[in-house]
Amino acid sequence: MSVPLSYIWRNLAARRLTTLLTAGGMALVVFVFATVLMLEEGLRVTLVETGSPGNVVVTRRSAGTEVQSIIDREQAAIVESQPEIALGEHGLQLASKETVVLISLAKRGSDKASNVLIRGVGSHGLELRPQVSLLSGRMFRPGSTEIIAGKSVAERYQGTGVGETLRFGQREWTVVGIMDAGRTGFDSEIWGDADQLMQAFRRSVYSSVIVKLVDPDRFPEFRARLEADPRLTLDIKQESVFYAEQSQLLANFISYLGMILSIIFSIGAIIGAMITMYASVANRATEIGTLRALGFRRANILAAFLVEALMLGAAGGVAGLALASFMQFFTISTMNWQSFSELAFSFTLNGEIAAKSLAFALVMGVAGGFLPAARAARLDIVDSLRAA
Amino acid sequence: MESPAEPIVRIRNLTKSYRRGEQRVPVLTNISFDIAAGEFIALMGPSGSGKSTLLNLIAGIDKPDGGSLTVNGTDIATLSEAELADWRAANVGFIFQFYNLMPVLTAFENVELPLLLTSLARGERQARVDLALSMVGLADRTTHYPSELSGGQQQRVAIARAFITDPVILVADEPTGDLDRASANDILALLERLNAELGKTIIMVTHDPHAARSAHAIRHLEKGELDVAP
Repeated sequence: MSVPLSYIWRNLAARRLTTLLTAGGMALVVFVFATVLMLEEGLRVTLVETGSPGNVVVTRRSAGTEVQSIIDREQAAIVESQPEIALGEHGLQLASKETVVLISLAKRGSDKASNVLIRGVGSHGLELRPQVSLLSGRMFRPGSTEIIAGKSVAERYQGTGVGETLRFGQREWTVVGIMDAGRTGFDSEIWGDADQLMQAFRRSVYSSVIVKLVDPDRFPEFRARLEADPRLTLDIKQESVFYAEQSQLLANFISYLGMILSIIFSIGAIIGAMITMYASVANRATEIGTLRALGFRRANILAAFLVEALMLGAAGGVAGLALASFMQFFTISTMNWQSFSELAFSFTLNGEIAAKSLAFALVMGVAGGFLPAARAARLDIVDSLRAA
Repeated sequence: MESPAEPIVRIRNLTKSYRRGEQRVPVLTNISFDIAAGEFIALMGPSGSGKSTLLNLIAGIDKPDGGSLTVNGTDIATLSEAELADWRAANVGFIFQFYNLMPVLTAFENVELPLLLTSLARGERQARVDLALSMVGLADRTTHYPSELSGGQQQRVAIARAFITDPVILVADEPTGDLDRASANDILALLERLNAELGKTIIMVTHDPHAARSAHAIRHLEKGELDVAP
């Protein structure tokens, strides 16, 4: 058996202030680490959940995003008429020819303007997105200048509440409803009638066509036929894949920046832990010598001080994670560089992030504790007993 | 083991020196002597005479430069670091001048510490520790921390810790050096009891002639050499 845990634990408790400060330093690093992962995860969840696997997004080849895509009416008609597309009421294909335009709106509170994505949807637009529901007001009427705003748009931009009006495309648009898209990217959009919006912006082409397949498994044949058609130059992607790709650039940036920050901060925390542990070893030289005299081996001493460092790390990890969990109450919005529009998302904590953060904290503990523990184990018994 | 022909500690031509900068400073030169089982021996001598070094060598926490050192039939000079640790756990009980208790552990836990290196079950450990603490007269202090005990009481906890594993020899380095006369007398009486009643071989380093009088024999060390007189 080895040095009892109670001995290790009570030594940490006895040096309450140092323990608290050291664990606190590690907690801050874990906080940053976890927050970055939560941000990345929030972004991923928001964009990935925006797409449903049964839906297919068709855009112009190489357009990448809907904003940069153009599909003319003839091409849209060909896409719409494929046999793999599910049929809705009245035997009509479940397809929505959509047009996407960016407009600039002033934020509430400040007059700073930001890009908001306006989506003109077809009659099946809502049916294709079961995750979107009306929070208040009603759906816009087809053929009218009525629009509905996503929840996070309504919260953050002027003139987007129910009954308010917005002026764009040389027309007055009345907001008649607020939609809740379940934290997906549609929360950051304004929806209206596709044909009305195309007229207002003097457009003759669509941006994308969204269709629902009878069976998601038939996607490969659907794509193969469209890609083989010489009249079409289109990208055909499952909606979930399409939106996941949209988040890549931003997610990678957040993740690289976050990791670099975490690594730099963690070096500070590791040095802090090392100083604490070296002090702990120096203060307890006599105790270490005594334990060794009593018959504890070098390995027991090494293990005891490593466990002490691990406990420090674990305390920091739990505290940092607890702190980070409060971030779930915050929503942030930022420019998605791929669609050029504002995207609102929240910090999302899951089991994997919690596990990674705790592991990170333990690694910091070991990194900080190893050298001091090795010194403790190497101490000469006679010398350390004389240190009294 | 009871046979007088087989001493518990057998020292032959033992030498030990320390390196001080470039120089080697001899501490013990060519020491040979035996300690019989059940002895209570006091090692005396001025500071720097090598008496503590000799004690450390016998206790297996320091290694000799030359000569042989057999304790309870094992030549401990040949043991590896880890073997020596296990050997100490089984064979030696330590008593220090400043008690060297773990400040964050209770009296009970301090005494139990050496038993954690044995295969004894929890219940057995508990029974042994309770017995040891009552033998040193501290049955009512088991949950006290060292800071809540007087010096004499702390030393008695340390003595309980020293004999809890039933070691062959007890080594005591100035066990009364930090105590007032009354407490010192208590400790010496306790050591005499351990020697007389449990038959423990005790090797005690001391400055104090009064303390040395408790021992059966006194050996003087002077400049690394043992006196000739008994």
